[in-house]
Amino acid sequence: MIDYIKLASSKSKGKRPYFHDDPAVERVLNITMAVAGELAVMRERMDSIERILEKKGLVLKEEIENYVPDSKEIEEERQTWHSEYISRILRIVQQEMEELENPDKSIEDIANDINEM
Amino acid sequence: MAKSIPPVWNKIAKHAMLPETTHDERARYNFLANLNKHLAHVSQGNKIAYETRVEPKFKKEHGREIKDTKELGQEIAKDPHYQIWSSLRRSTMEMRQQAGRSIVLRQAEALRDKARALNAGKDSLVLDSNCEIPPYLLAVDNHLMPGSYHTELIEDDVTPAANYDSGIFVTTAGLLGRYNDGGGKAITSWVKKNYPNFNPKRILDIGCGMGHNVLPIARAFPDAEVIAIDTGAPMLRYAHARAMDLGITNVKFMQMDAGKTIFEDASFDWVQSTMFFHETGGKSIYNIMNEVYRLLKPGGLTLHIEQPQYTDDMSLFEKFIRDWDALNNSEPYWSKMHDIEPLDLMKASGFKEEDFMQIGAKAENDLDDGSQNADEPEDHGRSPIWNVFGAIKN
Ligand SMILES: C[S@@+](CC[C@H](N)C(=O)[O-])C[C@H]1O[C@@H](n2cnc3c(N)ncnc32)[C@H](O)[C@@H]1O
Repeated sequence: MIDYIKLASSKSKGKRPYFHDDPAVERVLNITMAVAGELAVMRERMDSIERILEKKGLVLKEEIENYVPDSKEIEEERQTWHSEYISRILRIVQQEMEELENPDKSIEDIANDINEM
Repeated sequence: MAKSIPPVWNKIAKHAMLPETTHDERARYNFLANLNKHLAHVSQGNKIAYETRVEPKFKKEHGREIKDTKELGQEIAKDPHYQIWSSLRRSTMEMRQQAGRSIVLRQAEALRDKARALNAGKDSLVLDSNCEIPPYLLAVDNHLMPGSYHTELIEDDVTPAANYDSGIFVTTAGLLGRYNDGGGKAITSWVKKNYPNFNPKRILDIGCGMGHNVLPIARAFPDAEVIAIDTGAPMLRYAHARAMDLGITNVKFMQMDAGKTIFEDASFDWVQSTMFFHETGGKSIYNIMNEVYRLLKPGGLTLHIEQPQYTDDMSLFEKFIRDWDALNNSEPYWSKMHDIEPLDLMKASGFKEEDFMQIGAKAENDLDDGSQNADEPEDHGRSPIWNVFGAIKN
C-alpha cells in the first residue's frame, strides 16, 4: 500500500513563494492555520454529537447551553484543564521567559564544560 | 452587509465515483470553503493598502508613478496586509490539496476498483499508453495539485480526478453547482438560444478533465456523438466511470493530445474547451488551435470558456491581483496568455475576423438558493464569470 499519509502532504512542483520578511513567520502561520482547521473540524463534530443526542431525546441542546458545573470538584477539574491546555500551547513563551530570567549556556559550551569534568 | 455563507459540502451531487468521506473530512472541506470565502473579503484590504500606503510611499520616494505590474508586485510585497493575505491564501490552497489527497489516497485501491467495474467491457473509454504528456504539464503542478493530472501512484489510478472532483467545491465555494458543471450548462444554454437550429452530429471536447462540463453538452444533444479527449489517463478513467454512473452514454473518452489528434479533417460540428487553454503553453496553444481549425467542418462552431481577459481600462492593481493566482496558485501560463488576443490566436489558425465572437458567461448554479447573490467581492481568479471566445469556421 502507498504511504498515503506522507503523500497527502506532498509538495507541488515549483519553488514555494514566501510572503513574510522572515520565512519562519510563514511556517508558524501554516501550522497555526492547520490547527485552526482541526479545531473547526472538532467543533463541527461536537455539534453533530449534540444534535444526535437531542434527536434521540438523550440530552437537550438547551441543557448543554445552560450547563454550569455544580460542584467544586467539577469546577476545579475544568479550570485545571484550561490551565494545562494553555500552558501546553504557549510552551515556547514560558521557556523564553525562563531563559530570560536565567541566561543559559549553549549546549556546545556545556559539552566543553562536561569534557573537563 | 454580512457575507453570504457557502453551501455545505454535503450538497454536492453524489455519484458512484465520488470518494467516501468521513464526518471530519467533510467538516474539513466546509472549513476550507469558509476560509476561502473569508479571504475574498480580506483581499479587499489589498486595494486599500495599495492606494493609501504602497502607492503614496512610492510616489514620495521616486517622484513618479509605479510603471508596471512587476514594479507594483515588488512594492506591495513589503506591505503587511498583502503579506498576511497572500500567506493565508497560499496556505489555504495547500490545505485544500492536503485535505483532498488525504481523503482519496487512503482509498486509492477502492476507487480504482469502482472505476474498473464501471468501465469494464466498454468501448467508450479508449486509453493509449503511448500518449505523451505535453512538456508544459510536466513542468508544473497546476493549481498546486501534486502530481498533476497524469501521475499514477498505483496501477490504474484515479485519485488525481477524485481529488479534483471532491475538492473543487472548496475553491469555488460551491458556485459551479452540484455537479460542478455550471460552465457547461451555461454554454449549452447560450448555444441553444443563439443557434436554435444548430444540430451538431459530432462534438469534440478538448482537455475534458474528469468531464464536468462536457456532460451537460452531451445531455443537451443526446443524438450527437460526443468525443472528449485528455492526456491524463486517471482523469479519463474517472470521467468515464462517472458518466456511466450518471447514465450518460453518448460520450467517448479518449486519451489523446489535443495538439495532434487522430481525427480526420472537417469531421466535427462543434469543438469545445472549458478552462483549458490557460493550462497549456506558449507554442502548444497555437498548435492546438490549428488542430481545432483542421477538425471543424465548414460552418462548424468552436467555443472556449476561459478566464476573464485583461482590458485596457483595467487598473494596474486590478491586473496585478488577477495574476496573483497564476503565480502563487501555480497556473503559470495564465499570466502569459494575457498577452495573446483571442482574436489573433484564432486568426493565426485560419479563422476569419468576421466570424470571431466573444461573450461573457456566468455559471448556471443549481446550488444557488438566492443566498449566493449577496453583494460579494469578486474573488479574482475564482469567480464563475468567464470570457468565452470562438468562431464559426467559414
Ligand atoms: C483545468 S482541466 C480542464 C477541466 C475540464 N475541461 C472541465 O470542464 O472540467 C485541464 C485539462 O486539460 C488536460 N490537457 C492539457 N493539455 C492537453 C492536451 N494538449 N491535450 C489533451 N488534454 C490536455 C489536462 O490533462 C487537464 O485534465
